[in-house]
Amino acid sequence: MLEVRSLRAGYGGTEVLRGLDLSVGAGEIVAVLGSNGVGKTTLNKVLSGVLRANEGEIRFDGKTLTGASSADIVEAGLIHVPEGRKIFPNMSVRENLELGSYRRGRERRSANLERVFETFPRLRERSGQAAGTLSGGEQQMLAIGRGMMAEPRLLILDEPSLGLSPLLVEEMFTLIRRLNGEGLPILLVEQNVVQSLECASRAYILENGLFALSGTAEQVRNDPELKRAYLGM
Amino acid sequence: MMYSPAIIAEAVVNGLMTGAVYALIALGLTLVYGVLHIINFAHGALLTAAMFAVWAVYVAFGLDPYLAILPLTPLFFGLGYAVQRFVIGPASHGSDSNILLVTLGLSIAIENALLAGFRSDTRTLNTDYGFQVVELGPLLLSKPRLIGFGAAVLVTVLLWLLLSRTDTGKAIRAVAKEKLGASLVGIDVAHVYAVTFGLGCACLAVAACLLMPTFYVNPRIGQAFVLVAFTIVVLGGMGSIPGALVGGLFIGVVESLCGLFLGDSLGQIGIFLIFILVLLVRPTGLFGAKA
Ligand SMILES: Nc1ncnc2c1ncn2[C@@H]1O[C@H](COP(=O)(O)OP(=O)(O)OP(=O)(O)O)[C@@H](O)[C@H]1O
Ligand SMILES: [Mg+2]
Repeated sequence: MLEVRSLRAGYGGTEVLRGLDLSVGAGEIVAVLGSNGVGKTTLNKVLSGVLRANEGEIRFDGKTLTGASSADIVEAGLIHVPEGRKIFPNMSVRENLELGSYRRGRERRSANLERVFETFPRLRERSGQAAGTLSGGEQQMLAIGRGMMAEPRLLILDEPSLGLSPLLVEEMFTLIRRLNGEGLPILLVEQNVVQSLECASRAYILENGLFALSGTAEQVRNDPELKRAYLGM
Repeated sequence: MMYSPAIIAEAVVNGLMTGAVYALIALGLTLVYGVLHIINFAHGALLTAAMFAVWAVYVAFGLDPYLAILPLTPLFFGLGYAVQRFVIGPASHGSDSNILLVTLGLSIAIENALLAGFRSDTRTLNTDYGFQVVELGPLLLSKPRLIGFGAAVLVTVLLWLLLSRTDTGKAIRAVAKEKLGASLVGIDVAHVYAVTFGLGCACLAVAACLLMPTFYVNPRIGQAFVLVAFTIVVLGGMGSIPGALVGGLFIGVVESLCGLFLGDSLGQIGIFLIFILVLLVRPTGLFGAKA
């Protein structure tokens, strides 16, 4: 579904991504792992059109999206739930969700809203509350719910487990499996290596602007270098 | 000095009527500030331009200033949209301080163009209702200013409905607080900026139509209003719509009462005393959110 070829990007003169090839197939969960500051979020920003690539190609569903605006990318169904949630703090939970369907899925807004409320009953209880006053976990639910409102054809999740308690992290990975079980392909960007590798079918390890390692989750999990660097074994 | 309650009441009501139009001018300023996070230095010059436009369509086509609201509001919306989208936006390269300078430059350009075109003469409209009054109980109220009050309040309510009920309005509020989040739901931020700037200019067009039956225009007139509008924005809370309305009404009353007690020429002193007081006591304004 998503094909990325020789992608290069960065900020001003500094290049952060130095030639990445990546693909996400229909129905897959693909994990992109790496330590702080290697460029995972930068990759997501390029994929969602917020940051321009310097070089390379992005294809989604057979169409070229390189250089497309973020509005067009949302329109195509490539939905990015960002790191740090980026919800609209001054607006109610319901308004946040409604805006999720600003560009895509507007015709089925009320049906999708119902679906999100079924997935996150907590959000229904708080639907009138200003989003900025939600707890961190609730804000993460809202961010994902807002993404679901756009009827994603592929969902990019940037560190969805960041700042959640161990119990909520567990719930988050259960949710990711469940969404994927309904047929939604997911690009999962995480630092939580163990749990991400448990639910992903394939994984890429980002280091120094390049994928140092990639393969099935099984292969990556058993790589001696990964064990040493990320799992401390 | 002692005044009868009727005179004081009349001053208060007069103040409310002027204040509503002030509020409308402040509304445009506070909206642009709330979303683009800049003070639009061209606000005054654009108001002047709108007042000249009202004068011009009256002189050229005999179009009544109230009817002029119909063509001038969309015209100024479009003008504001285009200026933000094709001049301010591209020229500022995303930096707020650049936007400030661009609006400052714009204001100088507009003002000088008007000076070149109209000299510094003062012009007025002579409508047959300009001096009509309405009797309201014991009060004698200026009819055009009463109309101005009603229309200004109506526009404020419409703007509030737009912002709270429509997708476009929600997109504007979303961009105001979370640009990246807005982009990721597919909101075109540059478009929203331009719509916001257009709405600010549309407010000015309406205000100009409401002012012209009782006021005059010259190429510098906008600045005086914008100084008052800025006080209102600070008093009401930067970026707050209800703050602009309440602040505008309040400032109108203060100006009117100061005028009554201190004499017309000192009416505006009270406004600036309040400005300083607010900055000292409550810099976030009445309805101001935390920074
Ligand atoms: N807007 C920016 N301007 C300049 N440099 C930036 C910008 N955003 C990120 N960077 C730099 O790019 C590099 C990659 O950042 P990025 O946010 O992509 O890392 P990350 O892999 O997502 O890290 P984390 O796991 O901590 O979220 C970092 O060195 C960062 O300092
Ligand atoms: Mg990151």
